[in-house]
Amino acid sequence: MILVFIETREGKVKKSSLEALGEAKRRASELNQPVGAALVGADMDCLNPEIFSCGADTIFLLGNPQLASYSAQGYAIALDALAREIRPRAVFLAATAMGKDLAPRLAARLGVPLASDCTKVEVKDGDLEFTRPVFAGKAFLTVRLKGLPQLATLRPNVFPLAEKMETAGEVVKKNAAIPDGAIKGKVAEISKGEGGDIDVTEAEVIISGGRGMKGPENFALLKEISAIIPRSAVGASRSAVDSGWIGHQHQVGQTGKTVSPNLYIAVGISGAIQHLAGMSSSKVIVAINKDPEAPIFKAADYGIVGDLFQVLPAFREELAKLFA
Amino acid sequence: MNILVFVKRVPDTESRIRINQETRSVVEEGLNFVISPFDEYAVEEALRLREAKGGQVTAISVGPEEATSILKKCLAMGVDEAVLVKDSLKETYDGLRIAKMIAKTVEKRFPSFDLLLFGKQSVGADGSQVPAMVAELLGLPQANIVTKLEVEGSGGAARREIEGGMEKVVFSLPAVVSAQKGLNEPRYETLRGIMAAKKKVIPVVTLEELGLTGDDVAPRVEVVRMETPPARQAGRIIPGAPEEAAKDLARLLRTEAKVI
Repeated sequence: MILVFIETREGKVKKSSLEALGEAKRRASELNQPVGAALVGADMDCLNPEIFSCGADTIFLLGNPQLASYSAQGYAIALDALAREIRPRAVFLAATAMGKDLAPRLAARLGVPLASDCTKVEVKDGDLEFTRPVFAGKAFLTVRLKGLPQLATLRPNVFPLAEKMETAGEVVKKNAAIPDGAIKGKVAEISKGEGGDIDVTEAEVIISGGRGMKGPENFALLKEISAIIPRSAVGASRSAVDSGWIGHQHQVGQTGKTVSPNLYIAVGISGAIQHLAGMSSSKVIVAINKDPEAPIFKAADYGIVGDLFQVLPAFREELAKLFA
Repeated sequence: MNILVFVKRVPDTESRIRINQETRSVVEEGLNFVISPFDEYAVEEALRLREAKGGQVTAISVGPEEATSILKKCLAMGVDEAVLVKDSLKETYDGLRIAKMIAKTVEKRFPSFDLLLFGKQSVGADGSQVPAMVAELLGLPQANIVTKLEVEGSGGAARREIEGGMEKVVFSLPAVVSAQKGLNEPRYETLRGIMAAKKKVIPVVTLEELGLTGDDVAPRVEVVRMETPPARQAGRIIPGAPEEAAKDLARLLRTEAKVI
């Protein structure tokens, strides 16, 4: 079996978990294996039927009142116990904030290595091969993992969902046994940020600003455009972040986040090597810059050489029409 | 407070990465090595905590002999002691292997501590694995990708980034915390610090001394391939006045590229 951890936030299943489930389904078919989905929490009744249609044959609900709020320790204990019982061939998690926090903890508990933030999974000679960016995308590494289960986190927004299937499957409810005092740290509070609901790592479209934005107030232009495009987010270059124009959670690049959206629009960004590394796996890249010599144009599919303060308002207007 | 902060020697972010296909690894020749940028936030946070609460900060690196240079930097920034855990293998991309060495070092050499600080990931391997793995191996709570840290008495609270917001994690001490950009602004070394660091002896701990041999430290991540991505081709410049070009761009993204 390939087991997938399904992350929920406020009772809703994360899309990136369903993407991981889709990839599990495709690779499991090649290996002739079933797919399991594991949910962890206190209240296990709010089950989302999408999980079956997105590829799961069996859903495991691991419940314990102590798991009401996320804790890496508690979740790792629950998943470790399930993995030891059902002995999956592989375990996939989405490389979200939670997945990146939980997966290494689970790996250490199971005593197996982990492939982080994978962008490709293949079956070669009956074994799984995982490809992942290193140096923020300046290079790609393909690895095999020794020991079972093979544990990997999959980058959001890279793997397609499974073809929708009208299936139902088995639901297995289990009490997750958590020893007293085992949870020494947990989430106490969640607050929404000013950055919108979608992180740059999950966004399908990113519009990023750099030094050419000239000041923090002008990021409003990018936010207005992002508000028009569904599943989009505002990004930034390191120099914009270091100037204090926008929060560092928006930073794309080697000391920020590595992203692979369908569309990356770089506005007033010259294209330093650290920035290019973080976004060059985007499917389509657009550069808007007044300097025709800016290195960003060498990586861009579409470019506009011009003043961004003239380009952006017209771009926003046209988008508003397209999305009307 | 007794704080251990873990640092790694990595190629700086300006580096162009070349690959030796025979060894399936990065060509190190000509690269400039530095302390991983996220580790600097961890060192700074350790120093600030010591300044506020007293105690001792020890910087520890797992790596080759050459990693002493980044430990010297930590000493120059103000840490009290530095220790090198000597690992002669190059990057293996196996976080658990390193986490085991760190856990053993802590158990054998530094059994009394309050806080283990790390950078949220090493620049290069980009794994984000070691802090949480060490936490599990030592049975400690964790807070990763932290932009704000408060420690009081026998516990702490950390703010960490999640998609579209922040999460507050509360934990008991001792604990593992990994630092994200935004946690603080790392200080520069002072001249006096640099001079003092030069005189300081950096003890070297071998894996044998930690009781780690053979299977314990054999990499379990097998590198099948390592490649640089194909260079992107420059596309086309959309001609015309800025307003016109902008409108054309929006339409092309819809009809030609089909990405919006």
